[in-house]
Amino acid sequence: GVNTLKICVCVKQVPDSWAEKKLSASDKTLDRAAADRVVNELDEYAVEEALKIVEAGGGEVTILSVGPAEAADSVRKAISMGATAGIHVVDDAIHGSDAVATSLVIAEALKDRGFDLIMFGSESTDARMSVVPAMVASRLGLPQMTFAKKVDISGNELTIQRVTDYGYDEVKSTLPAVVSVVEKINEPRYPSFKNIMAAKKAPMETFSLSDLGVAGSSVGLGAAWTKVDAFADRPAKAAGTKIEDDGSGAAKIEEFLVAQKFV
Amino acid sequence: MSDVLVLVEHAQGEVKKVSLELLAMAAKVGTPIAVALGPGADATVAALGEHGAKKVFVDSSDVYANEIVVPAVSALTKLVSENSPSAVLIPSSGNGKEIAARLALACNSGVITDASDIAADGSITQNIFGGATIVTAKVTTGTPIITVRVNSIPPVAGGAAAEVVNFSVDHQPATTTVTNRVAVEKSGRPDLSEAEIVVSGGRGVSSEDGFKSVIEPLADALGAAVGASRAATDAGWYPHQFQVGQTGKTVSPQLYFANGISGAIQHRAGMQTSKTVVVVNKDPEAPIFDLADFGVVGDLNTVLPDLTARIKGRK
Ligand SMILES: Cc1cc2nc3c(=O)[nH]c(=O)nc-3n(C[C@H](O)[C@H](O)[C@H](O)COP(=O)(O)OP(=O)(O)OC[C@H]3O[C@@H](n4cnc5c(N)ncnc54)[C@H](O)[C@@H]3O)c2cc1C
Ligand SMILES: Nc1ncnc2c1ncn2[C@@H]1O[C@H](COP(=O)(O)O)[C@@H](O)[C@H]1O
Repeated sequence: GVNTLKICVCVKQVPDSWAEKKLSASDKTLDRAAADRVVNELDEYAVEEALKIVEAGGGEVTILSVGPAEAADSVRKAISMGATAGIHVVDDAIHGSDAVATSLVIAEALKDRGFDLIMFGSESTDARMSVVPAMVASRLGLPQMTFAKKVDISGNELTIQRVTDYGYDEVKSTLPAVVSVVEKINEPRYPSFKNIMAAKKAPMETFSLSDLGVAGSSVGLGAAWTKVDAFADRPAKAAGTKIEDDGSGAAKIEEFLVAQKFV
Repeated sequence: MSDVLVLVEHAQGEVKKVSLELLAMAAKVGTPIAVALGPGADATVAALGEHGAKKVFVDSSDVYANEIVVPAVSALTKLVSENSPSAVLIPSSGNGKEIAARLALACNSGVITDASDIAADGSITQNIFGGATIVTAKVTTGTPIITVRVNSIPPVAGGAAAEVVNFSVDHQPATTTVTNRVAVEKSGRPDLSEAEIVVSGGRGVSSEDGFKSVIEPLADALGAAVGASRAATDAGWYPHQFQVGQTGKTVSPQLYFANGISGAIQHRAGMQTSKTVVVVNKDPEAPIFDLADFGVVGDLNTVLPDLTARIKGRK
């Protein structure tokens, strides 16, 4: 197309959401060894949407992830859906970073690279904060177009349907912009064999913090503006009553609801 | 006692229950000061005073409705710098979390999301991993910016009239424009995130008609909101905004009533902090029974209509 869009999709490597997640006893950060690592499922919807946009109007999709050495696998995994290139920011100092620091690293990695759209999932399935996209938009001074269940681009104009508590808002901005998408927006594709092979050879830039000019002291556990003092598993529920319905199931539930004063 | 700012969530002046809960939370650790923004903000004052706000900062400007997130951040940034509160409490909705995110950067302050309690010493109880792990954490830098989950504390009524302070903000030029606001039709049922009782249906409900003829009547008999699993919303049997779970709403009602829902980890992530859980499922091995205070192994199509008739019969 005439307007070839440059899109970057930010993906996070997370423990498989099907697995129970744990904090590590030693430093109270996410125990990444305790579960299989996968691309945050919600970010796959952002990759899918980015691919749809460039398939319709021309352009290129780059995948970015900030995370430990293994996160490079997640970048390639996301590329294998059909993206072109990857950016991986890896540095021991990043371990234990909070959202404030993560957003700083992402913003520094993306600034001045001429992306028209910077796309995110609406939340990471491990942190579940939904704050990184807003922070990156704030840091880069770009329109924040988040929680989109529909994205339309026409020339330099971007329109989204932003999910709200009461339904949705139609919101407009110009490009470049930061977009996050919710999972109702599309159905992510499975990587084709051809794209899986291509992803292995896709160009990947790897940056350390010093490459980006970010001081190690401004990220990581030590720089976090919040501190976890203690954690515990939610106490297991005392085993409840379980009965087989023999025709009296409804009456038994009614009794329970009455005893608990719900009716 | 130091001031605690509470960002009020309201619809054209109609105060959302979560805002009143946040005032009660603020009163535990300081003096509750409300911030009401956007069209209708002036109409919130009476309800806020009645529920413990000592002061209400009011700016009814349209900018808060015309641009997303950013204007509220500018207003709170100004109020934080002028009033040096000991914390800012914001409802833990998607919109609230984004306001908190940008406010944290603007005020060089730590942000904690999904809090369920705040102790007098400032330590915050937070549910992570969808409620599976309970964390106590502190904000160590700046003014604690805390998003608080709905249903974490009951509102407290009986307050006096609040002092009203009208204020205005010099906003930056807007970078986003809200061109249309689309509300899904109101059901007349309680709001899902706020409801005391939620009656949910999953794949076991088997059709749109099942929701209409089995789930909704039970919900109405109990005065409950209706929820759904992703299997049910994906199938188009119930609208997406009623989905409970990791990618839907997080609910924490007094009673969660799960029908024909297996209890996948992503569903539990949205409901496992519910106080009481009742389950109807025909599979005795369904993992949802692990969370049940009371469970019936049976067919929802026979159990629920019978139960609905019994509850109605009591009234
Ligand atoms: C990234 C991601 C995010 C997700 N987010 C969510 C989310 O937010 N919310 C969510 O719910 N899911 C979510 N899921 C999906 C989740 O993994 C499950 O697929 C989903 O919760 C299953 O819904 P269900 O329990 O209704 O269906 P099923 O797992 O198919 O269970 C149906 C249950 O109904 C019972 N049943 C059938 N017929 C009857 C009958 N007549 N009477 C009584 N019982 C009956 C069956 O025994 C069974 O236990 C997510 C998945 C992923 C990967
Ligand atoms: N370390 C990371 N690297 C790249 N993208 C990230 C990272 N952390 C978060 N994100 C992005 O930010 C979104 C929201 O994350 P969160 O604020 O943690 O819920 C995710 O869906 C990702 O798109």
